[in-house]
Amino acid sequence: MTTIHAKGISRRGWLRWTVILSAAAALPGRVWAAVARPEAAFGATALDDALAALGDTPQVHEGIQFTTPDIAENGAVVPIRVEVDSQALPNVSKVSVLVEMNPNPLAASFDIPPGTEVYIETRVKVAQTCTLYAVAEADGQLYMQSRETKVTLGGCGG
Amino acid sequence: MAGRIKIRAQKKGDMTEVKALMRHPMETGMRKDQAGDPIPAHFITEVSVFHGDQPVMQGHWGAAVSANPFLGVRFAGGEAGDTVRVVWTDNQGGTGEGETTIR
Repeated sequence: MTTIHAKGISRRGWLRWTVILSAAAALPGRVWAAVARPEAAFGATALDDALAALGDTPQVHEGIQFTTPDIAENGAVVPIRVEVDSQALPNVSKVSVLVEMNPNPLAASFDIPPGTEVYIETRVKVAQTCTLYAVAEADGQLYMQSRETKVTLGGCGG
Repeated sequence: MAGRIKIRAQKKGDMTEVKALMRHPMETGMRKDQAGDPIPAHFITEVSVFHGDQPVMQGHWGAAVSANPFLGVRFAGGEAGDTVRVVWTDNQGGTGEGETTIR
């Protein structure tokens, strides 16, 4: 608690997290989903629609470091890493990962409270060779970095 | 159906690195079984990481996250012995939880 105050979080921000936290304690997951899950963006079937649902058109920003393999042998398991240099791009509150040619391009979206490094590692499915996007939201603006990943075996399995 | 989570939290300088491995099929709902019947969608929709009582990350996931998902995050602070907890829920109402201490 002291660390979060030291970071200069506003009273409202602190209140918000407290509310979310107590709600989460009462009903894990469900309530958070209602609060913040970007349903429209998840439901979008085209990259542009998914981006539009997230906010404005993102600008390319060098502060975002997006790591994906150049060639993924197995599209079902493609390791990705998104790292944001907080000096170059401060106040990032959300990071989303999109895969251009997937049936639903938005793969995952992460809410990041102050005090958490903007550093996310996970694995996603990539249906076919295409461009992957890491989109970061800071002060209401969207920034992105993209990488092409070649897939030799599709991610849809069976 | 409560899934277990393999989780590790390690102090790295002035921050803590959390790595979690969840067991989950992460079915997209677009695949068919051998009889040609569609396999219903079954995937984790929400995943949260807590340091003690404080949320350090919340993820919203689609079906495009790989089966048996891996998640790595870093947060500032954290002392050896502190509790780190990862909680998930899926689209069929299933939940999973894992807890560890920072070392």
